[in-house]
Amino acid sequence: MHIVDRRLNPSGKNLANRQRFMRRAKSMIRKAVHESSGSRSIRDADQGGEVVLPAQGVHEPSLHRAPSGGIRDHLLPGNKEYVTGDTIPRPQGGQGGGGSEGSPDGEGQDDFRFALSQDEFVDLFLEDLELPDLAKRKVVDAEAQSWSRAGYSVSGSPANLALNRTVRNSLSRRIALKRPKTADIEALRAQITALQGSDDEADRVRLRELEEELARKLRRTGVIPYIDPIDVRYKRFESHPKPVAQAVMFCLMDVSGSMTEHMKDLAKRFYILLYIFLKRRYKNVDVVFIRHTHQAAEVDEDTFFHSPETGGTVVSTALEEMQRVVEERYSPDNWNIYAAQASDGDNTASDNDKTAALLLNEILPVCQYYAYLEVGRDSEHFPPGFIRRDSDLWQTYSSIIANGAPMAMRKVGHRRDIYPVFRELFARKTGAEAATA
Amino acid sequence: MNLILPRAERPLFEGADWEFSTIQRCHDAIEQVAREELGLDVYPNQIEVIGTEQMLDAYSSIGMPLFYKHWSFGKHFARNEAMYRAGMQGLAYEIVINSNPCISYIMEENTATMQALVIAHAAFGHNHFFKNNYLFQQWTDANGILDYLEFARGYVMQCEERYGEAAVERLLDAAHALMNQAVHRYPRARATDLRGEEKRERERREHDERVFNDLWRTVPGKGNARPDPTAEERRRALLQLPQENILYFLEKTAPRLAPWQREILRIVRIIAQYFYPQSQTKVMNEGCATYVHYRIMNRLHERGLLTDGSMVEFLRSHTNVVFQPSFDDPRYSGLNPYALGFAMMQDIERICTNPTEEDMHWFPGIAGNQDPMATLRDCWANYRDESFILQYLSPHLIRHFGLFHVVDDSNEPSLRVEAIHDERGYRKIKRALARQYDVSWNAPDIQVVDVNLAGDRKLILHHRAMNRVLLDERDAKQVLQHLADLWGYDVLLKEIEPTTDAVLKEHAAAPRSGIVPIETT
Repeated sequence: MHIVDRRLNPSGKNLANRQRFMRRAKSMIRKAVHESSGSRSIRDADQGGEVVLPAQGVHEPSLHRAPSGGIRDHLLPGNKEYVTGDTIPRPQGGQGGGGSEGSPDGEGQDDFRFALSQDEFVDLFLEDLELPDLAKRKVVDAEAQSWSRAGYSVSGSPANLALNRTVRNSLSRRIALKRPKTADIEALRAQITALQGSDDEADRVRLRELEEELARKLRRTGVIPYIDPIDVRYKRFESHPKPVAQAVMFCLMDVSGSMTEHMKDLAKRFYILLYIFLKRRYKNVDVVFIRHTHQAAEVDEDTFFHSPETGGTVVSTALEEMQRVVEERYSPDNWNIYAAQASDGDNTASDNDKTAALLLNEILPVCQYYAYLEVGRDSEHFPPGFIRRDSDLWQTYSSIIANGAPMAMRKVGHRRDIYPVFRELFARKTGAEAATA
Repeated sequence: MNLILPRAERPLFEGADWEFSTIQRCHDAIEQVAREELGLDVYPNQIEVIGTEQMLDAYSSIGMPLFYKHWSFGKHFARNEAMYRAGMQGLAYEIVINSNPCISYIMEENTATMQALVIAHAAFGHNHFFKNNYLFQQWTDANGILDYLEFARGYVMQCEERYGEAAVERLLDAAHALMNQAVHRYPRARATDLRGEEKRERERREHDERVFNDLWRTVPGKGNARPDPTAEERRRALLQLPQENILYFLEKTAPRLAPWQREILRIVRIIAQYFYPQSQTKVMNEGCATYVHYRIMNRLHERGLLTDGSMVEFLRSHTNVVFQPSFDDPRYSGLNPYALGFAMMQDIERICTNPTEEDMHWFPGIAGNQDPMATLRDCWANYRDESFILQYLSPHLIRHFGLFHVVDDSNEPSLRVEAIHDERGYRKIKRALARQYDVSWNAPDIQVVDVNLAGDRKLILHHRAMNRVLLDERDAKQVLQHLADLWGYDVLLKEIEPTTDAVLKEHAAAPRSGIVPIETT
């Protein structure tokens, strides 16, 4: 008998098949992912998880008998009361007598459930989305250098001496040039010592021979060095420009009394999507939460979303706060900066000009992307023909965008709109669009 | 069996932990019992220890260690994985492959007791059955299967490179849909080679010479009595129609398939044929393995090789496996093949060693022969589920299970109890139960009956609808579509009442292009 330990064999034998299955069922899976993402709680929005596909979609048909009709025999165990000739009313829904017929492949017609890994889930979730202007900024700002090994060189600093390689070279050279081995010389010396003092003529002849040989070998050892300068190798390093692989995400939100829980929830969903998205693209993503009323402050996540606040609404305070944080901690040279602002659109009338100036001159130049999300009430319905007045902030920002600033804004009224709006904001530009952008 | 065996000084293992030496010790002890006491004859064993992920892998490719790639395996994998992770389904403790050497996969998570159980069950029980049962000997080649799978995987991969994954996938989809109709159910006469033909001719001539009588020449006759076969008969004979193995028929006859496509159909059909015996011997195979592990584990315990604790763990697991809920139990999902098989094996042992008056009457051949192992080995070698039940299901067991036979005729308003476990019902129940395990009774009887290669090339199939049970319509439609795609011309499936030849239902499909090019006229 053989016992073979296969535990260390790669286990992902079926990953290729799984990939094929995913590809085949892709449109269905994508739909299921989007539906399930609506019902998920925000915290685990980017976790993988179970999705459900309609059974027919990935069905494998086969010729088999229909589950009902005709004459059927059932053999059942556990008879307690029946005797030959009894009649049993036909059970509804496959119970009792009909219960022995399963579906032939044992799978039933249930919907098909299976689990997606986190990566697969997010991949499908964020498919076809792209960070705007990511590449451009990366190249320009790629200042960090990193060193990586790049073979060996014959010159270098002693600290970089490649010991293994050097000794290997020396060994091969010594073998090639037939440098006598220390062990051989020792053996020769031992033989000579053993023969010394012997009176036998043959021994004396032998002794002379050995001494000559020893002298020859010692000479050779002196001529061929153990390590020659030509053996020496140094590790070589090359420098690579390191792309900036970190991003900071600013979440700005109006928390004045006019923002309802519903609006905050919409904003939160948007932030979460943005966070997942950035995390896909950057190794490190920092998040800064800035909330504002008539004054702004950087707070932690919990306070940001949950603690109530009262006061007026002055948007420029938040922008100033953001500017301060950027100057203090996130130099645009080292960080990719993304900002998302959520508000119901209210702003103190006198602040609009200041906000616009601040945004245009200070904030937008350091940002990769600035998104403004105007959240509305779920129940906001306007009678047909009624033209809704754009909010202060919307008007202000419209004029900025009209001048071609790198920012985008959308209105969202219901939870289900968040994802489409998000996709719209980050949709991959087609070639023509990208060229003009 | 009254072998006096020395009691072991130490058990094989204590506690749940095991290492490779434990497995070796268990295997050796089990092998001793299996060979000397049960007289089993097995392929050499190869035991492979695998982890959970690998077990899931093995599940999805029908347990085979290597297989070609297809999305449906990925689907099963995804499904099993989800079920397993959600805790809705445990994994099997082992998978065993009918190959030489016989490969058994055991899971690293198993406790030492479970490993011993699994070795006894798979590496000796199933292994003996694979090696000795006539169906496996007749239909499967244990020596060659792994090599063949290796070839199949390589070939499919090569085709994917050359003709594109999509083309191969479409072909495999269609072939898999017809897999159930891709087995030869009966060994057929092989085409004779030249030497065989000559020998037959010589024998025929010798026979003619031997029985020659000139008088026959003078008897007035109708000349050549046999009429010429009609064109239709000639055609059907040429195409070996009717033909139940649809993939075989397509491989040999489909007009527009490329050679590589024929080869892939052949691969699918050969693999289907390899698994064909397994579906006919489920009760016997599991019964054999369960009986063997039960005997072996008990013997190990008697000899002090298993601790009492291990024995209790084993019994608990064994009891779960052979549990048979009643039909009105919510857990009921058909007859458990482990329960039925194990009970029948034990019953045969009882009949051999300690028969009742009734057994003497029903089984005069084996009752009281005092050699249960020889009797069982003979059963394992020479029967399949259907014949085994027909032969050996005893009244005792019918009573024990409380089996009863219900007939569900859709023309009647209610179900009728046809037979129960009483004197009048034993034979009926036995016959009806055996029929449930008879593939030719269970699987729909579908045959290719005609095709006019000179005309419109429409392929005609018949389903002889036994007991008026028709095919599942939605699936039949889809499969027929696949069939039409392979055939390249129209396909018609008639469902026929076998007694009257009345057509009950017809399904038709026209080919789509994709697998073979279709001309639109």
